[in-house]
Amino acid sequence: MAQVPIAEGVFTWPSESPQLIGSRCGACGIVTFPTQDSCPRCAATSMEEHLLPRRGTLWAWTTQAFPPPAPPYSGPTGEDFVPFAIGYVTLGDDVKVETRLTETDPAVLDAATAMELVIVPFAEEGDDEIVTFAFRPCGSG
Amino acid sequence: MEDVAIVGVGLHPFGRFAGVTGIEMGAVAIRRALADAGVEWRDIQFAFAGSYEIDNPDAVVALLGLTGIPFTDVYNGCATAASALTLAANTIRLGEHDLGIAVGMDKHLPGAFSADPRLYACPSWYGALGQFVTTKFFGMKINKYMHDHGISSSTLARVAAKAYRNGARNEDAFRRKPLSEEEILGSPMLNFPLTQYMFCSPDEGAAAVVLCKAEHAHRYTDSPVYLRATTVRTRRLGAFEVHSPWLPMEETPGPTVDASRAAYETAGIGPEDVDVIQLQDTDAGAEVIHLAENGFCRDGDQEALVADGALEIEGTLPVNTDGGLIANGEPIGASGLRQVREVVLQLRGQAGDRQVPGDPKVGYTQLYGAPGTAGVSILSL
Repeated sequence: MAQVPIAEGVFTWPSESPQLIGSRCGACGIVTFPTQDSCPRCAATSMEEHLLPRRGTLWAWTTQAFPPPAPPYSGPTGEDFVPFAIGYVTLGDDVKVETRLTETDPAVLDAATAMELVIVPFAEEGDDEIVTFAFRPCGSG
Repeated sequence: MEDVAIVGVGLHPFGRFAGVTGIEMGAVAIRRALADAGVEWRDIQFAFAGSYEIDNPDAVVALLGLTGIPFTDVYNGCATAASALTLAANTIRLGEHDLGIAVGMDKHLPGAFSADPRLYACPSWYGALGQFVTTKFFGMKINKYMHDHGISSSTLARVAAKAYRNGARNEDAFRRKPLSEEEILGSPMLNFPLTQYMFCSPDEGAAAVVLCKAEHAHRYTDSPVYLRATTVRTRRLGAFEVHSPWLPMEETPGPTVDASRAAYETAGIGPEDVDVIQLQDTDAGAEVIHLAENGFCRDGDQEALVADGALEIEGTLPVNTDGGLIANGEPIGASGLRQVREVVLQLRGQAGDRQVPGDPKVGYTQLYGAPGTAGVSILSL
């Protein structure tokens, strides 16, 4: 089964060491994720691609216990739905990124700090496995 | 600039009304507001109408009379009603007209709101992954807030229980059955730490207010309520907002804080002067956070205030006396005008079973919603 990213230009793929693809403003230095063409701080239009750190710290989180409205959600629904967790991870001094978390246990998430990027299966489409980015607590294998 | 008074309020109850259209509910709310003000539809010189589901709520004139007035439709997310009210008030402040109406109406399907993420400047994949969900944002915001400021899940349950209890005292509310804190905590977890009964639901309803130039107010009523400030603000960079695939390193207060500070400054009234409060309680956590964001307490004080009953109808900071969004649901276009109507009834002493004691003289309303828009109004006798 071929692994296909959820969208092009979100993370480097295929890669042994994938990274999220952000952008940095050439004028004021703010970092965004995903990339955008104009700066949300200073309105300059000199944004350059900027790869984000693979590790960070958990800033906020919650769980998603019910299937999100579809569309736009395109993942498993009904009996195939698996609850997941969402959080913001602060990546270095760059940016806070909203992301799926591999861990859904509130007690574990409450204690989690250091997180690292992983690429995980999201859905199957024909012969393809759609993969996406997620963060897991460091040391959780 | 002219001062503005509210001389009539009207509501079509909030809930589920099979076979009744949103436009029909809007007409009912308008007729009730007109009757309350003692004026006829033909006296109304202009109108603003807010709705999410109804493309052209001004079509309500087909049910009221085709009088040719300027009638403008507005949509501004959960702050739609605040925007309609602000525009209507400004029309009088600027001297263009003397007597007008702001109305909101909506009729939503059940379930969480959804949309194409691209319409919110978010990438398609953000929605495909299941992240374009408003309830998840509210879960994250209160979860972090509780962690940072020592708020417990019991406090969230107490706030929700108060909403259902107040709703039981309000014949126009959607949910009128009191629920215990145990039932609320024991309902299905939707977005940790928020359970099903801690959330409001989209529903149906309409609300309207008749506004006039303040110096004319006594032509219509013995108990005018003056609109001291109306403000609408959007998020600044660094605010923690719904539908944000990323946030910058810098952190900034949200649009509610900005709208609130501007409203207090315009009104020359401070939070210590306010006697009755309406806050956007999309969920119980939002009420807790908004209490501080609107200046009624410091971050973290809510734990003791809620435990002491301060937010109850008989408390020192009565919040959402009609049950708020949790008991009334959220027809987006109408929600903020329901808040204004409740404050007007409270200030007139006409709130019946849910009347705040001690003759309240100053009221406050706040709306907040996607994609980071807030509206505040301050009213007084």
